[in-house]
Parts: sequence; structure tokens; C-alpha cells
Amino acid sequence: MRFLFRTDYNQDIDLFQFRLDRFWYGMLFASLATAPLWLDDYWISQVTYVAGFSISVLGLMLLAGFTGQVSLGHAAFVGIGAYAEAILMQRGVPFPISLILAGVLSGLIGAVIGLPALRLVGIYLAIATFAFVIIVQEVLTRWESLTGGNNGLRVPELTLFGLAIDQDWKFYYVTIVVAVLCFLGVVNVLRSPTGRAFIAIRDSEIAAQSLGVHLARYKTMAFALSAAITGIGGGLFAHKAGYLSPESFGLIGSINLLVAVLVGGIGSVHGAVFGAAFIAVLPQIIALLKDLLPDALAHQPGLEAGVFGLILVLTILFEPLGIYGRYRKLLFYVSIFPLYKRATFKRQKSYTRTERVH
Amino acid sequence: MSFFAVENLSVRFGGIRAVDDVSFAVEQGEVFTIIGPNGAGKTTIFNLISRIYEPTGGRILFQGVDITHLPAHAVTQRGIARTFQNIELFANATVLQNLLLGRHTHRSTTLFEEVLFLPSVRRAERAHRRKVEEVIDFLDLQAHRDSLIAGLPYGVRKVVELARALCTEPKLLLLDEPSSGLNVEETEDMVFWIRDIKRLLGITVIMVEHDMSLVSKVSDRVLALNYGKPIALGAPGEVQRHPEVVRAYLGE
Repeated sequence: MRFLFRTDYNQDIDLFQFRLDRFWYGMLFASLATAPLWLDDYWISQVTYVAGFSISVLGLMLLAGFTGQVSLGHAAFVGIGAYAEAILMQRGVPFPISLILAGVLSGLIGAVIGLPALRLVGIYLAIATFAFVIIVQEVLTRWESLTGGNNGLRVPELTLFGLAIDQDWKFYYVTIVVAVLCFLGVVNVLRSPTGRAFIAIRDSEIAAQSLGVHLARYKTMAFALSAAITGIGGGLFAHKAGYLSPESFGLIGSINLLVAVLVGGIGSVHGAVFGAAFIAVLPQIIALLKDLLPDALAHQPGLEAGVFGLILVLTILFEPLGIYGRYRKLLFYVSIFPLYKRATFKRQKSYTRTERVH
Repeated sequence: MSFFAVENLSVRFGGIRAVDDVSFAVEQGEVFTIIGPNGAGKTTIFNLISRIYEPTGGRILFQGVDITHLPAHAVTQRGIARTFQNIELFANATVLQNLLLGRHTHRSTTLFEEVLFLPSVRRAERAHRRKVEEVIDFLDLQAHRDSLIAGLPYGVRKVVELARALCTEPKLLLLDEPSSGLNVEETEDMVFWIRDIKRLLGITVIMVEHDMSLVSKVSDRVLALNYGKPIALGAPGEVQRHPEVVRAYLGE
């Protein structure tokens, strides 16, 4: 078992508390950096997809997992980011700047969408954002002069400082760098006053405001940040897909993001990666299983959505902290082997919650 | 001019006058206690002061400034901190995070600095932490620093909430039933802490409390309420013997 002997406040502020963590993350970065050398193109493409998608999931995680505001509208921000990126590149804006602008635009729209969030809670907010995703999809379809409507929009080839990003492994590096920067930014916010204010809003709005947290300002900030990050994920998606059409950014996309957040592990940054990987892998597993299932069942329309839904329900019932929760338990099991007791993680009922004042 | 004053404060919920024309003034350095039977409007007064409710009439003055219509977060910035009767901690965060949140009004860094985690953020965090550690030492919370609130016993949570309020470096502290749910020993500790808060930290305290032994041990003055109306004001012993107060608690 590890025990942290603290001699300096920095140990609690630093990203990694244990030397061993530093080692493992170093290993992770090393393997990410060398992956194209020892992985074939198919896997590189898969990892790229997971890394890119995990950025969008991270955006929603910040909002839903850390600020407690559930949004069903995040596919719209993916769409706004993707279209902004494609259109800016068409107009000749160079790459890293176009992606930043796509994020900024998405963030600004996010701040506006955050306004109803100041008055709506829980399911009502989810429904308001649900309307938003439909509006955005409609705008993307109708604004043909800009988006090409249902004909779709071809995304220009990505070039970075004059270097054509024309192969999978090159785009892989672009995605990994952007993803690492996004994750680092979010982790930094979460260990600073702003991130703590988000967590405060999630756990008790009334206590948050009685400690001086300006609820409206921080909720708007959370929405803007979350939308910006999701939009950056969308910008990368545009390049990965190479071709955009409005139907990619509908309600199903939003639900996928939300499933990723919940199954990955709500309220954890790691969960964003786990959730993204889950969303990437599951359709392939279902495709494999289809061969084994009887015909009548295998060709059932909506099989995939059904399995997604089932897993979501089972996760909420049996592992509310998702894959990340499971992962933590596994780590704990190993670290104190053989002393693990089942009761360690048994959920306890808590009776100390107060009745809401409003 | 008094340090903190409430003038003709009223609030009505539908036909019920929860707080009806209440006035009192609190001097700096005093422990002022509000008592009264259930439903007398004690907590409602706190919720009015910390701006969770909107008063229907009257004024609240703090250091000569009218704070009646300030937004809730601004009241804290002026130096009024509070605890809640049933504990409002951030349950899925650690004790340390909860206490650091108490430092929120003292934040000095911008979002931009925080995203990049510039040295200024680290410096500010260290300064906040130093202050939080002072409060941890003051209230003996060292053992619980890294525990999640959700796993702490009720008595400790109560102390953590007090600690969080102290982390805001308040001038005025509102304690809503600091001893409710505590056992005898914990209540004794609370008596010492409230005395220390007054004596060592020089913080003025307004308290709502039912435990009369605690009230008489720490209070300088006591205000008794019944049905939202003040019925007695004075030293703890006087108020406890006041015929109106006895009638309010025991009936005719």
C-alpha cells in the first residue's frame, strides 16, 4: 500500500502525487509517442478516433460531471466546431488558429446557451439543450450558402506549417497533441479556484453562493469552457471525417456523448478517455456478436441503440462511477492484496442531506 | 452606529408572517444568540441575512452599509459567513477542497492563468493552503484533511462546516444550530471553539441554538422569538426566566 508523506504543499498541488504515477504516465506518453512505429494503420486510426472523441467527451464531462449541469445539446457544439473548422480552413485560415477559433466560437455560443441554465435544473435543462441540438442541426441544413446543406461540406486537406497532414500517423500526432493540451488545461482548471467553484455548484448551490461563488457567472463559464472543448473535438472530427453533413450532429451524437460520460465514469477526467474508448469499441463488438446471434435478432433495427441503452442502465444501477470506478477498485484491490474486503466500497445511505430551500 | 443591525425586518410566505417586524443590533465582538420554539423564524432570519430569501420589508445593515438587496455571493464578500442547520458541505469533495472553497472570495487568479497553471496560480494556491492549515490547526481537523465528506461522521462534518466558514475570514459569523446532532462531548468542544472564535479571532457571532446550556455558556445577549416576533432580549439568564419566553416554550 502506498502512503504519501507530505512535506510540502506543492505535493498536493502537483499533477502527480506519487513518483510511481509519474513513471506510469511517462510510460503512457512514451507509448503514445512511439505508437505509429509498432501499431498498424488500423489501430492508429482507432486510437486517433478515441483521442479526438475523448476531447468532446471531456467537454461534456466538465459540465455534467464537474458542474452538475446535464446537457443533451453537446453534439451541436461538436457540429459547430466541425463546421467552423471546415469553413475557416476553406477561407484560408491556417490550422492551429482555425481550430482555436472554432473552439472560441463554440464557447461563445455555449455561453449564450448557458443562460437558460441559470434558471433551469436537471431534466428541464436537458430538454432545453435537447431543443438546441435540433435547432443547430436545422440551421446547418438550411444555411446552404455557408454549410452546403444536405449536400454536405468537404473538409479541406489539413496542412500544418506547410506540411501536408496526409497520412494517418501524421494526423494521429496532431490529435494526440491537441488532446493532451485539452486534458492538461481541464486538469489545471480543476485544481484551481474555478474548478473548485464548479464542484461546489454541483454539490450544493446554496452553500456555493453562501461562500461567495457567483452562480450565474460560474455556470456560464462552465458552459462556455465545456462548449469550447467539445468544439475543438468537433474541429478534429471534421478532419478525421473529411466530409461533414448535418445528420452527424443530431440527438444520437449527444446521447453518445452522454453515454460516454456516464459509462466512462461521471466526475472523473480519466472517465472521458474510458468513455470515448467504450463508444468507439462497442459498435465493433456488436458487429462481431451479430454473426453469432440468430438472424431474427441480429437484423433487428435499433439493436445497437438497445445495447447502448441497456449498458447505460446497468452502469447507473451497478457501477455509478462507471469504468473509472471499476478501475479504481481494481487498483485498490491490487494495492492492498490480500486484505480487500467487499464492504470497502459498499455504498452507504446518507441521511444528512438537507431539504432544499428553493 | 452598531456593527450589524436588522431594522423592522419582515418576510411573508403567502399569509404566514415568518419574520414579523424584527429589529436588533449586534455590537462588534459579541456572541448574539437567537432562540425560540420550532417555527419561530430563527433560521429564516439567517436566510434573509445571507440573501437566500428576499425580505418583504425592513433593512439589514452591516458596518453601516445597507446589504438588504445585495446578491447572495456579495454578502459573503463583505465578510459574513454562515453554517447551515443540516450541513451543506460539498459531499463528493475532500475536507481540504471544501475548506479551500472557503477561500473563494479571496481568489486572485483569472481563468486564463488557471488554464495554463502559471506560477501565480501556484503561489496563490499555496497562500490559500497556508490559511486553510491555520484553520485546520485551530479546529483540530488534521486527521480528516483528505477524507471525503460523504464518509465522515456527522459531528466531524459539523466542525468542517464551521472550518469552511472560518476560511472565508469573516467579520461576522452566522451559526445555525452549531450543536444540533452533536453528542455531549462534541457540544463541549463547540463551546470552547465559539469562545475561541470570539476571543482569539475577534469574530462577531450570531447564533441560532436550542441547547440552553451552550447558549448560556457562550452568549453575551439572547433574543427570543415566537411566531416571527421578538418577545425578549437581554442576558441569557434574564431571557430564560422571562415569562413570555417560558409561556412560548411551555404554554400557559
